[in-house]
Amino acid sequence: MLIFSVFKTLTDQRVTVELKNDLSITGVLKSVDQFLNIRLDSINVLDEARHPHMMAVKNCFIRGSVVRYVQLPAEHEDATRRGTKFSCNESFQYLPVILQR
Amino acid sequence: MSSLQGYVDRRVLLILQDGRAIVGVLAGYDQKSNVVLSDSKERIYSIDEGVEEVELGLYLVKGDMIVLIGEIDEAIDQAVDLASIRAEPILPIRY
Repeated sequence: MLIFSVFKTLTDQRVTVELKNDLSITGVLKSVDQFLNIRLDSINVLDEARHPHMMAVKNCFIRGSVVRYVQLPAEHEDATRRGTKFSCNESFQYLPVILQR
Repeated sequence: MSSLQGYVDRRVLLILQDGRAIVGVLAGYDQKSNVVLSDSKERIYSIDEGVEEVELGLYLVKGDMIVLIGEIDEAIDQAVDLASIRAEPILPIRY
């Protein structure tokens, strides 16, 4: 619930999602659900030359289970800290959240 | 609520956990993101030759095998010359 809440506050922000198959995708976070599935709009694959597979794709749905990292804009560091203050026992088994500097 | 409703009846690209890329029209989906694709084709990428497209037809893909579902912009996809693309296949998922 915790990370789900953080993502809900981040809709319409540009994030970078790194997947477990090493694919990195930048896009605007449009929606998230309880499984941490992510919908991204206006996507850009980071290493375009190596991954031309998604040339014709402008927005996508990413299954939560295949995400390794989600890189957030640095100014949202406080949103994640506020969450931990109230629910320290939350288990973070979904994914680590990396703050982009 | 992240939903696949917006992709129904559109051409989509499915990337699977073993690295396969499948293109087809999204006919249906469910809560576990199992997906039904009609008129589907697998696109096989290689460094030596252009993209090979294999016809598959009507497919049901299990949700736990799916990495990503991307909405294909038909205009851009038509403009792409598959025979000229050289790329490594996508890596399989490693947990």
